[in-house]
Amino acid sequence: MLEISQTFVDAIVAQSRAEYPDECCGVILGPEGSGKAGRLKPMVNSAHSPTFYEFDPKDLLALYREVDDNDEEIVVIYHSHTETEARPSRTDIAYAGEPGAHYVLVSSREEIAPAIEFRSFRIIDGVVTEEEVSITE
Amino acid sequence: MSIDIRIPTILRPYTKDQKSVQAEGANLGALIADLDASYPGIGERLLENGALRRFINIYINDEDVRFLGSLEAQVKDGDSVTILPAVAGG
Repeated sequence: MLEISQTFVDAIVAQSRAEYPDECCGVILGPEGSGKAGRLKPMVNSAHSPTFYEFDPKDLLALYREVDDNDEEIVVIYHSHTETEARPSRTDIAYAGEPGAHYVLVSSREEIAPAIEFRSFRIIDGVVTEEEVSITE
Repeated sequence: MSIDIRIPTILRPYTKDQKSVQAEGANLGALIADLDASYPGIGERLLENGALRRFINIYINDEDVRFLGSLEAQVKDGDSVTILPAVAGG
């Protein structure tokens, strides 16, 4: 189960709309070993694409250095889908490289944008498992 | 000449959970070959048809090796190498 604050959910949804029609992306960090979603860090989608996202390799290195320096871990990796539902695509599964992270997907497609489509998955060795999202105040 | 290599979580099953390991080589290709000799199977996770896999990023110090000649990139004593899976998807 992913426990996440309403503030973070709202911020991610707002980011996905602001960056539409491109996919948006980012991480939530937490103290190492805690699994707690404590600090939201939006990232730049260096692909600037409606169908693909990628952290810039330089940003990626800086992110992992920051995580190491602060004794943190990557708790959540999130991105938006712009025209499809919020579940991992084949590409998402192929690229998923953090077995310990919650992969969060939010859909910013127009017909469902008024409602929140916000889902979380584990992706380990190509196997996708959806999990419950518990939103806290 | 021994180079310190940072191993990402997803590849630590190959390195008995060690976060960093040592390998030797004058360039990245040789380093990966030496790494694979010590930790069999890890090379295949980094290379495909003799080239770096698209979704693996390797850095020598702060520089992405794709700008340093990829497998030809020179490494020298005291350099540190970091391997990170790309964070990407569709």
